[in-house]
Parts: sequence; structure tokens; C-alpha cells
Amino acid sequence: MTSTSSVPAIAVRGLRKSFKGTVVLDGIGLDVDEGTIFALLGPNGAGKTTVVRILSTLIGADGGEVRVAGHDLAGEPDSIRAAIGVTGQFSAVDNLLTGEENLVLMAHLHHLDRAAGRRRVAELLDQFDLVEAARKPAATYSGGMRRRLDLAMTLIGDPRVIFLDEPTTGLDPRSRRMMWQTIRRLVAGGVTIFLTTQYLDEADELADRIAVLDHGKLVAVGTAEELKRGIPGGHVRLQFGDGAGLDAAARALGEVSRDDEALTLQVPSDGNVAALRALLDRLELAGVEVDGLSLHTPDLDDVFFALTGHPTETTEAHQ
Amino acid sequence: MTDAITMVRRNFTHTLRNPGAMIMTIGMPLVLLLVFVGVFGGALNVGIGPAQHSGSYIDYVVPGILLMTVGYGGTTTAMAVNRDMTAGIISRFRTMAISRTSVLTGHVVGSVIRTLVGTGLVIGVAVLLGFRPAGDPVQWLATIGLIALLALALTWLAVGVGLLAKTAEGTAPFTLVVQLLPFLSSAFVPPDSMSGAVRWFAAHEPFTPIIDSLRGLLLGTPIGDSGVAAVAWCVGLALAGYLWARALFRRDPS
Repeated sequence: MTSTSSVPAIAVRGLRKSFKGTVVLDGIGLDVDEGTIFALLGPNGAGKTTVVRILSTLIGADGGEVRVAGHDLAGEPDSIRAAIGVTGQFSAVDNLLTGEENLVLMAHLHHLDRAAGRRRVAELLDQFDLVEAARKPAATYSGGMRRRLDLAMTLIGDPRVIFLDEPTTGLDPRSRRMMWQTIRRLVAGGVTIFLTTQYLDEADELADRIAVLDHGKLVAVGTAEELKRGIPGGHVRLQFGDGAGLDAAARALGEVSRDDEALTLQVPSDGNVAALRALLDRLELAGVEVDGLSLHTPDLDDVFFALTGHPTETTEAHQ
Repeated sequence: MTDAITMVRRNFTHTLRNPGAMIMTIGMPLVLLLVFVGVFGGALNVGIGPAQHSGSYIDYVVPGILLMTVGYGGTTTAMAVNRDMTAGIISRFRTMAISRTSVLTGHVVGSVIRTLVGTGLVIGVAVLLGFRPAGDPVQWLATIGLIALLALALTWLAVGVGLLAKTAEGTAPFTLVVQLLPFLSSAFVPPDSMSGAVRWFAAHEPFTPIIDSLRGLLLGTPIGDSGVAAVAWCVGLALAGYLWARALFRRDPS
């Protein structure tokens, strides 16, 4: 966030959308400051893609006010289109064209002159590690390569605001990390990024601010720290060899949740090392033998459970 | 305008990259030409008789085969448009500040040119098989014009089908129609030789005046009022197809 950007890159008020009588977005409001990364977090079917489709002018909204890059969505969609780039589940590459031809096509559609277009294409091929595959049809690309080409195509027009709809879903860990690096580099260059993800760690890793979407409503908005604070999902799981050990440990630690069958205790923890050491010290003082220990950090399920009172898998059943 | 040219260029590259589209456009019509000329030709020549048509059967059947070529050209267009829709590249184009319908224009122009090349190849093969066109240069120009107009009409309809279909298989009804209608027209035998409702249908469906006009123009015989009917059908279908495709394209993508 910079003090000069008084107008947010994306401003949404009361956004509504229904499909055939089913409410998909039920009054969304959010602001994204220029030059920041905003993550929209939620399970499948929460409405994340619908938000991106509306903000990127692909489909209309039923109600609400949206401004992207300072332009009104209803009044000047073409001004928005000129300022944004979209890469996502629904965005795609042209399979019959080579990687290079795909980029040249984008250069033409952005009306870059010949020399500038060629320069930009070469730059992006290099930047996205596609030089070797440049002359091969996109149909032959791996998932990671397609995603890189897709994003490279989006960047041809130097967009000020980029929408990334689940940019790393289905990618292997290495490609995922490369994508994260690219996103960070873009933001360092002053671009605003609006991304959707199902992964808390991705939002945590990248986003300046995170909004959690559930059943078409934002149930929380804040920094990763703010969201994870107080989420009861993080815990240390202690495994004991017998019931006596379990009893002794439970006495020593006080209020903890125990599982007599599995012979385990769950102690709330935010992963703090000092607190962990103190916990083990207390057990040693009490003379309890611990068979095993594992650390669980809060995941999306925990965040969801904490924010909505129901786990992600059963969102439909609870409705 | 620049965007439309870019999209036409994209379509040409697709055709070069994907020779299957051209093979599909001319393959089936050529097979039918061989079957009807080689297998049924002798019998049909006798059956149709000199009163209906002078000359060999191949001269009678080629115009219908050309129409089928245009129809199959439309089929490949429907599938190409559908591929663009389902693969999501059209969604990308829609979020860019480019001329809205340029991608459709690219398909239509590319398809009409591809179809004209295809019909040219079919005419070439037909000549090798004994087809003897007798039209003068003006009639040849009119032939090309009518085929182009027909291609435009069927292509816009095909674009609509491609936009409407949820999968490539969904374009099958279009293929069926362009395959079936020529048989229920004057393409292979004169409607006069048909019976009952089929005869009435064949005499009144759009392909019959178009085929009759093409036949007259190619063979240098009078076409009567079928020329007016042919142009009217083509213009009407082109306009309907264009308006339909435009309306479908303006919908929010699902």
C-alpha cells in the first residue's frame, strides 16, 4: 500500500449474482489497494470464480457497484479490459498455435508495433522459461508450461490489475513455487493481483490481505496473521504408549483434549518453538514418556470451521 | 478491423496446422461423387433421361456435390468455434479490449475462403472424372459468387451451432442436416421423380433452387427463377445465422 494511491485498484460494493434462482454471490464488498496481492480463499463452489468472472467483465452482475482500475464496470467495461489481465481456469491458450504464435497473437491484439511486439514476445518466452518450447504447439505442453504460457499471454499488454483464478491448482510443487515467484515479481513491479485459491498456505505465502468466501458471502477479511489468530486448528498431537502415560500427561498439562482409544492428547499450539519446548519440559518434569509428537498447523478446513462453524466438505449439507 | 484481420490470420494458421479440416470438407463429397458417378451413374443416367437433362450423370450431380462440400465446410467451422468456446480462448478474448465479434469474423472469413478452395478442388477432381462445365466467364463468376454466398450463410449458421453446443458432439445435428438435406433435394435425382411428401419437400427446400442455379450456371443452361430463389434463401439464411450467432455470442458465457 502506498500513500499516493487514494483510489483502490479494485472496489466492490454489494455485489450480487444468481444463476437460475440460486444465489451465488450474496452482497460482496471488498477493496484492493494498488500494488498489493489480494487472495480470495474458499472451497470449491464458494463463488470464487464467479467473482473473478464478474470483475474481469466476462459476465454481468445482478447488483452492486464495481470499480476496477478506476473505471466503472457497468459503464466502461472496455476501459477495464484495457487495464486488466486474466489467467485462470477458464482462460486458455490456443492449442493449435505454438507458444510463440500464441504470444504473437496477443501482441497483435494489443496493437503492439512489429518490433515492440517481437521484443516483448522474446522477453516473455525467456522470462517464463519457454524458449526451447517456443516453436512447439501448445497442445504438447505440460500443465505447468501451459500455465506459464497462459500467464505470459496475459502479461503481453502490461496489465495494471491481474486476476489469477486458482493459478496453482493442479501444479506440481516446483511449478507452484515458480508461479509464486512470478507473482511476487509482478507485484514488486507495481501490479495489483487478485487471486483465488483453495489453499491457505498459498494465501498465507503471497497475499497482503485475504478474504474468506463461503456460500457467496465474505465471512472474514484481513491479513493472514489476523485470520489465523485464534483459529483452534493448530495443535500439537502427543502419542503415548499406554493409558498410564496418557493419564499422567493429561494431569500434567491440564485442559487438553484426549483420545483414550488412540492414546493421544491434542494441545493447542500456534507452532511457537519456545512454547513447544516448555510443553516438553513440563512432560519431562512429570516423568511422562512421550512416544511420538506431531505438529499440526491450521489449514483451510480449520479456518473454515472456525469462521463458519462447519467444515468445508459438508457445506452443502449444512445449507 | 485490425483485430478481425488478426483473427482471420489465426484461422488460416489453424487450417494449415490442421489439414484434417480440409480433408473433412472435401473427403466425404468426393466419396459420394465417386459412388454416385461410378456406382449409380449408369442407372441414374437412364432413369433421369434426356428430357430432364442432357449429357452424362456426372454433369447432373456435381452441383449437388459442391453444395455438400460447402455443408461439410460448415461442419468443421461449427467444431472449430465450439473448440474455441470450450477451450476457453474466447473467454480470454472477451476480457481483452478488442473488437467483440472479431473472433467470429475470423472464423467466418477463414471458413468461407477454406470452403471456396475446397469446392475448387472438388471441381478439379470432377473434371478429371469427366465433368464438362460449359458456362461462360460471367456464369463462372456467378457460380463462385453463389457458392461464396451459400458458404457465408451456412458458416454463420455453423457459428451459431458451435456457440450453442456444449461439446463438439453437440454440433452433430448440423452435420446431419447438411448431410441429409441434399438427398431430399435435386442434388442426385430430380424431385419430379420422387413421391408424395418427399417430392413436395424436395421442391421447396432451400437447397433445390441453389443446386438448380449452380447446375444451370455450370452447364450454361437457363436457370429460370431458381436464381432469385437461391440468392433469397442464401441472403435470408446468412442474415438469420448472423443475428442468431450474434445473440448467442452476447449471452454471458456459462
